[in-house]
Amino acid sequence: MKRLLIILLTAIAVAATPAAARVTIDITQGNVDPMPVAAPNFLGADEATQGLGRDITGVIMNDLDRSGLFQVIDQRAYIEKPESVNQRPRFADWRIINAQVLIVGEVEELSDGRIQVATRVWDVYSDEQLGAVAFKTPADNWRRAAHKVADFVYKTLTGEDGYFDTRIVFVHETGPKEKRVKRLMIMDQDGANPIPLTDGLNYQVLTPRFSPTQQQITYMALFDNRPGQVYLFNIETGEQEQLGTFRGMTFAPRFSPDGREVMMSMERNGNSDIFNMDLSTRRLTRLTDNPSVDVSPTMSPDGRRIAFTSDRGGTPQIYTMNADGSNQKRITFGQGRYQTPVWSPRGDLIAFTRQYNGRFYIGVIRPDGTGERLLTESYLEEGPTWSPNGRVIMFYRQTPTRRDGTGGSSQLWSVDLTGRNLRRVRTPGDASDPAWSPLLP
Amino acid sequence: MMKFFKIAGIFASLALVAACASTGPDLDASAGADTTTSAAPTGPVPGSQADLENSAGHRVFFGYDEYTLTGEAQATLARQAAWLKEYPETRILVAGNCDERGTREYNLALGARRAEAAKSYLVSLGVDASRITTVSYGKERPIDPRSTEAAWSVNRNATTTITGAGA
Repeated sequence: MKRLLIILLTAIAVAATPAAARVTIDITQGNVDPMPVAAPNFLGADEATQGLGRDITGVIMNDLDRSGLFQVIDQRAYIEKPESVNQRPRFADWRIINAQVLIVGEVEELSDGRIQVATRVWDVYSDEQLGAVAFKTPADNWRRAAHKVADFVYKTLTGEDGYFDTRIVFVHETGPKEKRVKRLMIMDQDGANPIPLTDGLNYQVLTPRFSPTQQQITYMALFDNRPGQVYLFNIETGEQEQLGTFRGMTFAPRFSPDGREVMMSMERNGNSDIFNMDLSTRRLTRLTDNPSVDVSPTMSPDGRRIAFTSDRGGTPQIYTMNADGSNQKRITFGQGRYQTPVWSPRGDLIAFTRQYNGRFYIGVIRPDGTGERLLTESYLEEGPTWSPNGRVIMFYRQTPTRRDGTGGSSQLWSVDLTGRNLRRVRTPGDASDPAWSPLLP
Repeated sequence: MMKFFKIAGIFASLALVAACASTGPDLDASAGADTTTSAAPTGPVPGSQADLENSAGHRVFFGYDEYTLTGEAQATLARQAAWLKEYPETRILVAGNCDERGTREYNLALGARRAEAAKSYLVSLGVDASRITTVSYGKERPIDPRSTEAAWSVNRNATTTITGAGA
């Protein structure tokens, strides 16, 4: 993976002003009005860098717009045409078109062939610079530089890490429902650069999950005529290996927050329990021992608790337990069936799938079982995954088939924690089981 | 001999259950649960998958989120057990399947329970456990792609296929 060199433009940055005077976005509130932001095409000294500047600006504006926190003002409304990233903007020109934030950038080709993308973020109302940053990278890596700039803007205005320089691993689906081909794919968070990782020939890939610490994926391979097994996939080397050899099916894998363990379910004689595998020793530790179904383990970011699905109470519900399997207790008590818990990287919430009255919902609940909120609803949706900053949830949604059994597509969607800003995520064809990467290094 | 009478007894009681059970799945012909058999000389090769499907039925069906065997399912499995005794070298795979009205991971576990329920019943009727392997396909291998109650009811099944035969 290509690396980015980050340089803060401290030498030319103006002195910081009191935080109270700054324009900021509180992303914990629902119903925020998107912040109007202007971003003229990043400047360049020649045709090549000007072209890159246009492309980079497009990616930044798309990132900011899709977050739902920003409203990108149409470039045709801009009055001032900046000539240098180091020039102080004419703020009045930007206030007239109601911009609150102005992003000005410049692409420069360096003597070693790489490019430098320099950016300044201005507060149009207080006439001050909010931040400045520059990235050096090979020219063909410009998309990542653009996402880094968008993350910088996000952090400057919200105070929290962004999630734009991330990738999504998902299951790419083709063929009729009865003979579905399911292969592993990876793409940038905004749908660019989709790359197949498996060929989908001899097995179906299900439920991929990203390591929170490395460029590694764990998933379940579903074979013909023998029990499915959990695999580990190294994105950088392309190597994959089966995680142990078991007589029964192993499934529902998920990394621990430190990336050193994979929790999973193992089935023996029809019964599924939860185990934890230490990746360095490959030793399995049993965490549940119950005649009911125990699946879908997910660990809290502090590594102390595990949430999982169990139907020991008659229907599938979400339970939590200590990391060693002790102190198991149920946390969902609403009507219907609660499944697929996924602990937020912030630790404050657990995302889940709820089935109720013939519909499927994606929701969140506090780990103590209070504060349940449903965010989206449809015929069939499940498999939530968190953005690394814990503010956005991606999931897949399946539409019913037509009467004759044709149609019925599966697509990725994202929604923010407030339940607003529901967006389709662009994929090449049908997709399911998204898994969000951590912020790229 | 004892075993024979025991099985005959089960058949008799199953017939009663089956007569009462009217909530069975809406079967289309392709579901292969038609159980009328005749020893036509042009029929399937004895001991083959087609023979199993014709003379016993290779699928049993389940209620929503259920893995208990209905009377009808028990009757089908009893015929499978009898058939397997006729072909003692035959090995089978029992695959558990689910409808799409559940989450992927839970359905993988549920499919495993369904396969195991069918296997256990065959073993209880005297089929050697070593002849049976099980697998769960969760909701990944529907036989009817429609999003209807009728489709879901046939997609909730345990399906028996022949994986090998000696001699």
